Amino acid sequence: MELTRRNAIVLGASALFVAGLPKQGRAATSDEVIAAFTGGAEVGTGDIELTAPEIAENGNTVPIEVSSTAATEILVLAMGNPTPNVATFKFGKLAASRSASTRIRLAGTQDVVAIAKLEDGSFVQASSTVKVTIGGCGG
Amino acid sequence: MASGVKPRVKVPKKAAAGDTITIKTLISHKMESGQRKDDDGNIIPRSIINRFTCDFNGENVVDITLEPAISTNPYFEFQALVPEAGEFKFTWYDDDGSVYEESKMIAIG
Repeated sequence: MELTRRNAIVLGASALFVAGLPKQGRAATSDEVIAAFTGGAEVGTGDIELTAPEIAENGNTVPIEVSSTAATEILVLAMGNPTPNVATFKFGKLAASRSASTRIRLAGTQDVVAIAKLEDGSFVQASSTVKVTIGGCGG
Repeated sequence: MASGVKPRVKVPKKAAAGDTITIKTLISHKMESGQRKDDDGNIIPRSIINRFTCDFNGENVVDITLEPAISTNPYFEFQALVPEAGEFKFTWYDDDGSVYEESKMIAIG
């Protein structure tokens, strides 16, 4: 395609459109997901640790680890993914430590957030920014 | 997607009573996210494992809800208490209704 004035305007406008739309949608849904998990309770910081790499070359498999000393449930969210939910870990009676690790997909550079529900019913969160070189959502 | 699904689990064969052991699990599954498109531009429907549980002698260890953001061939590592000899039971629930099971015995000694 030749880069004429008209083409440039069309390109610019469509890029703005694409960039502008999904962001609003995402912000709303991740807030909703958090509200559904906490029931509107305040989320503090403290007894939760999220281990994620600073830079992930491939967004298709990013190793993460969550750990806490008194969590009954841990919710993991990827704020920049088309759907922010990643996983929910529920720890039973025989879970020796409140920690688990897995591999997740990230669509691009973004914050990964872990929210833990503690035994006393309060909520704490931790977050970590992961730089992704190749996104993991396919085309 | 019931073809080529193979669960793999790593559990020590022996432990002392009351010990903490590390369990690693992996199941081969493509975890189609429902976001990708095929060559004709049609969205490939979502097909993932949506739940994984681990129990020991009927008592729950972990219960994990999986979303499409979990990578292909879901891998989990966690720790369990072994109060007595018995059997670990692992269960994966597929979107299509299939249930994949695996169990491992552990002895005290």
